[in-house]
Amino acid sequence: MASTTTPQALDRSFNREWFNAFIRKYAIVLIFIAMFVGMTFLTDAFLQPRNLFNVVRQISVVGLIAIGVTMVIITTGIDLSSGSVLALAAVFAASLAQQPGWHDAKYPGLVVPVIVPILVALAVGALCGAINGGLIARFKIPAFIATLGMMTVARGFALLYSNRPVSGLTDTYNFIGQGELFKILPIPGQPPLGIPIPVIILALVAVGAHIMLNNTRFGRHIYAIGGNEQAALISGLNVGRIKIGVYTIAGLLSGLAGLVLSSRVGSGQPGLAVGIELDAIAAAVIGGTSLSGGVGTIWGTIIGALIIGVLNNGLDLLNVSAYWQTIVKGSIIVVAVIIDERKNR
Amino acid sequence: MSENDILLMENISKSFPGVKALSDVNLTVRKGTIHALMGENGAGKSTLMKILDGIYTPDNGQITFQGQPITIDTTHTALKLGISMIHQELSPIPYMTVAENIFLGREPLGKYGLIDKRKLNADTKALLNRLEIDVNPTSIMKDLSVANTQMVEIAKAISYDASLIVMDEPTSAITEREVAHLFRMIRSLKKKGVTIIYITHKMDEVFQIADDITVLRDGKHVATLPASQTNKGHLITMMVGRELTEMFPKEYAPFGEVVLSVRNLTREGIVEDVSFDLRRGEILGIAGLMGAGRTEVIETIFGIYKLDAGEIIIKGKKTQINTPADAIKNGMALLTEDRKLTGILGVLPVRDNMMIASLSNYEKRGFLNKRLIDVTCKQEKGRLDIKTPSMDQLIKFLSGGNQQKVLVSRWLLTSPDILILDEPTRGIDVGAKAEIHKLMSKLAQDGKAIIMISSELPEILGMSDRILVMHEGRVGGIFERKDVTQESIMQAATGHGLDAQVRQEKVTV
Repeated sequence: MASTTTPQALDRSFNREWFNAFIRKYAIVLIFIAMFVGMTFLTDAFLQPRNLFNVVRQISVVGLIAIGVTMVIITTGIDLSSGSVLALAAVFAASLAQQPGWHDAKYPGLVVPVIVPILVALAVGALCGAINGGLIARFKIPAFIATLGMMTVARGFALLYSNRPVSGLTDTYNFIGQGELFKILPIPGQPPLGIPIPVIILALVAVGAHIMLNNTRFGRHIYAIGGNEQAALISGLNVGRIKIGVYTIAGLLSGLAGLVLSSRVGSGQPGLAVGIELDAIAAAVIGGTSLSGGVGTIWGTIIGALIIGVLNNGLDLLNVSAYWQTIVKGSIIVVAVIIDERKNR
Repeated sequence: MSENDILLMENISKSFPGVKALSDVNLTVRKGTIHALMGENGAGKSTLMKILDGIYTPDNGQITFQGQPITIDTTHTALKLGISMIHQELSPIPYMTVAENIFLGREPLGKYGLIDKRKLNADTKALLNRLEIDVNPTSIMKDLSVANTQMVEIAKAISYDASLIVMDEPTSAITEREVAHLFRMIRSLKKKGVTIIYITHKMDEVFQIADDITVLRDGKHVATLPASQTNKGHLITMMVGRELTEMFPKEYAPFGEVVLSVRNLTREGIVEDVSFDLRRGEILGIAGLMGAGRTEVIETIFGIYKLDAGEIIIKGKKTQINTPADAIKNGMALLTEDRKLTGILGVLPVRDNMMIASLSNYEKRGFLNKRLIDVTCKQEKGRLDIKTPSMDQLIKFLSGGNQQKVLVSRWLLTSPDILILDEPTRGIDVGAKAEIHKLMSKLAQDGKAIIMISSELPEILGMSDRILVMHEGRVGGIFERKDVTQESIMQAATGHGLDAQVRQEKVTV
């Protein structure tokens, strides 16, 4: 068939399309860079290495949860229980990491290696997640309801287990949340700066999750379920088992976040991280994860979490009131979804 | 624009990400005529009509309606101007009544601005009676059969008293009896001076009903001419831009052993006592009316639904199939009827859509071998001539025929022995249809056993070695191709002459 378009014209339209596609795909990165540059000029303190490390340390907990939540949302699900599961894992783990002879010890005289509370935190999280997944996959309960139930139940168990903070934790345990590795970055007049361990944990989990989503069968199946659950079922996927797997991973990451947060603040508190799941969902959505399923990336979610982190930090440095911060954050979430909607039109 | 023309669309262009859907298309429709709009899938018919209906905004071009240049930015505007449309994809609101669906957005109001339900139902009843549609106004929409849902949508479009009604493949989900009914309605509308634009793939319908025909190809206008001045062959040539027979009849393939035997398959109230055998090299056609249980039979065999009684014997071994995964493990593959609902993963790239059922073959130490996957995709793209700019393209941007090829490829990659194809060529263009028919012949020659469900009798007769006709959930008869005509199939499908002509196959285990 004869075409009237010249090769050059084709070339140009291809470039424009490619450019548009590039902008669509990386819009969120460009927004992040713009914010970063903006904050650098607006405040002196922002670009200080110590402050930047603070930002990433602050997002590490919500980042861990957001990674699990991203996977859940890709399957068209939702997880509202992250904050409560975090708290439950935190009080369990903390109670096994108290200093021997602490006046208020949950188990006086008990001394166990630090690996025990670590494994307990992960196991508690994974178990809660598996229950979520089981309710959703086997009993066909909407994810919203199942995880809403878990949100309340897990918080209740956390309070039942300890209605006051579990404190007096060992230094080894606290090192997980407070320690730094690779102390090589020199700061004049201060001890050299290292990379906070929570940040290292987040980075490792993010890379692992990215590889899992893109380079394993399980990962591609997660996208397939979100793309069209019925078609995935007919293609021979064990949809129920995959969903249980995804919620279990999300729970496991909530448990890990509980470990990190309790060791960072030096106590396991049953009231920890109320509402953190909403920040995690926000990070995923800002990062381009679609609530209608099938679409989402880990790097997008991390950028989403960074945007929230830089925003909080920057507004703090600018002495903007905390109330205004929540208003700004809420507006940004809505705007991000509007952009996403237009992208799909 | 002459006085006799009701609609003039000039130089209409529209692009979507990665696709130029329409370029400089012109369409002139004479007042009071039935105007068929034809072309392969992806030719731009639906896009053009969605522009007319205010769903899409054209990149450029002009629309003149009843002598006035107009801009249509929403469906609401289109309706106000007197243009209503029946969409290809039905979109009823499932938990509302038939009456509420028909008068959605223009409910009659009574006192205090509340909805006057009595008038609503009475008006609906009058409308349905006038159109001779046998549906209760207070029925819940989701309880209606697909055919009745379609008839209600048609009634809704007519109820706007529009001067121009666009019908986008209105017959894809209804039986021949209802098609005849629809044509009666269309002719009576025409008598009242209403203009109809009719989109279809079915040649026979066009020559039955159309006054004028416009052919689009690859987003461009090819020709507009009176139906009396063309014929089937000529139309197909214009649509595909090359000479092409409409159908490749199945070529010879030697029959091998029986790979699938179904015995007394029963799902209460839906499928009753269905038995048949399937051999290698064979294509078994399943015919029957809408709702006769054709799809339900194969969905039960494939493990989507549980069977209440009966046996499935694969390669001589009685096999328990509880899930589609079991069916696939036993060498079955199912290309489903509804591409969008149960086939494609719309927001995912072509690559994922193609590989999803066979990823386990591409794993090495727990990780996917991406290079091997890319090589396979490339091979499949060439083998099935799939038109896509890249494997990263989202499948929803491909035309229906190309989507179908990707799905065929998805199943061939699982190396099945038994290939079940449910309406494999529904809603795809003539070119892709012929290619799929050719592929089916080839697969049979390679020793695959194939079951094909189809509502098109010419396709059933052209492609099947044997034909199983379903009637009200039961086997109405199994025929050899040489013994059968369209008429005898219709008789078996409607339950007439069951004893006289039908040679029920003797089942031996």
